[in-house]
Amino acid sequence: MTDTIIKFDKVVKRFGDVTVLNELDFTVKRGEKVSIIGPSGSGKSTVLRILMTLEGIEGGVVTVDGEPLWHEGPNLKPASEAHLRKMRAQLGMVFQSFNLFPHMTVLRNITEAPVKVLGLSRAAAKARADELLDLVGLADQAAKYPHQLSGGQQQRVGIARALAMRPKILLFDEPTSALDPELVGEVLNVIGKLAEEHDLTMLLVTHEMRFAREISDRVLFFDQGRICEEGSPEDLFTAPTQDRTREFLGSILKEG
Amino acid sequence: MLFGFEWDTSGPLVFAISILPMLLVGMWVTIQATVLGFFMALVLGLIWAVLKAAPSRIVSWPAKAFTEFLRDTPLIVQLFFLYYVLPEFGIILPAFMTGALALGMQYSAYTSEVYRAGLEAIGRDQREAARALNLTTVRTFTHVIVPQAVPRIVPAMGNYLVSIMKDVPVLSVVTVLEMLNVGRIIGDRTFNYLIPLSLVGGLYLIMTLVASAGLRLLGSRLPKQGIPLK
Repeated sequence: MTDTIIKFDKVVKRFGDVTVLNELDFTVKRGEKVSIIGPSGSGKSTVLRILMTLEGIEGGVVTVDGEPLWHEGPNLKPASEAHLRKMRAQLGMVFQSFNLFPHMTVLRNITEAPVKVLGLSRAAAKARADELLDLVGLADQAAKYPHQLSGGQQQRVGIARALAMRPKILLFDEPTSALDPELVGEVLNVIGKLAEEHDLTMLLVTHEMRFAREISDRVLFFDQGRICEEGSPEDLFTAPTQDRTREFLGSILKEG
Repeated sequence: MLFGFEWDTSGPLVFAISILPMLLVGMWVTIQATVLGFFMALVLGLIWAVLKAAPSRIVSWPAKAFTEFLRDTPLIVQLFFLYYVLPEFGIILPAFMTGALALGMQYSAYTSEVYRAGLEAIGRDQREAARALNLTTVRTFTHVIVPQAVPRIVPAMGNYLVSIMKDVPVLSVVTVLEMLNVGRIIGDRTFNYLIPLSLVGGLYLIMTLVASAGLRLLGSRLPKQGIPLK
């Protein structure tokens, strides 16, 4: 088993005539925390959506833990649904707009997939959910429905729900972009806590530059479907080498 | 005399009272035809909706064409077809069953659209969340999509229930003794149309008002977030 858990090899993604990812190459090491930043439309979220198997690819190969994600077999034929199901089990995703199931209680949101997909008993799934709710600071909210919670609380449930499937890789797709400013902190705190776990690989698409700088091992700056610059948070934020990166960081800092 | 009841033509009020039991027998037939037709519309509509959403055009296209045909031809034409043409192929149904089937078929074209819209309204977000959690397609449908679609579907279906009720008199042309037909027969035999037909109108108004009120109550009780799962 290699130390590389995610590998994009010349990955091409198009939506109609628009090329979103243009022969994208990058790798992520096991346990690494990587932030992806960049202007909107640069393909950051698409990278996560391809990994979560929500979007297919037009070219190249994506490898997750040594196995091709969108292909299977020695001839790399397109993946079957069974292969995708197997691969998907290694990944979890936290969505920008939470995507909780509004008709399920918080507890049911977290236990539904562990019971139905992993085959856990209701009691075992509940025990795990209680632990996770404790972790995200919502131990007393298990019986509530999502609409009874604040956005920040909903997103923390979203994180617990993803973790309940014990993924090796957790994908965060702009997890605080839909939140009121005063609720951003509580969600970032939880993500920061997770970042201290050494086993979990994290990919975070975010506009929270200060946070990305704090928790990341590495930062990728995306522009027009390619990685324009990458490096340690220190280097990238304090001494960017590319004009495009400087321009982007300048505009973000002016806003914030 | 009709259904074993005698009418009394000695005065308007006693006449009205004496024919009321006959009209109520007809009303019961109307209610039965409504309920049976509605039930068929719900079941057939769901089948069309599923077929129309099929990935294969060989399946979806005929379903679309057929529902379009049902929707764009008059109920009475479909009713005549079922009643007069099917027996030529050896399929003989009682008038009442034929009528209920015609109502169910016609309205299934409408209900299939309600199902489609209701299911499509549950957005990509929910499907993607289910996919990210590796829930199966079937589980996603039954436990994520359907519980949330029901509160959107029920009110629209209720409107069609009332519409079906008001279309039942069409069945009188194939001899079904629903309420309007009973009223007309009383008029034919007593040469007094005013009272029986006014009563039919009044009873219809009561039926539709009661049905609408019940549906409003049901609508207000439906959980907006979907059928709750604990």
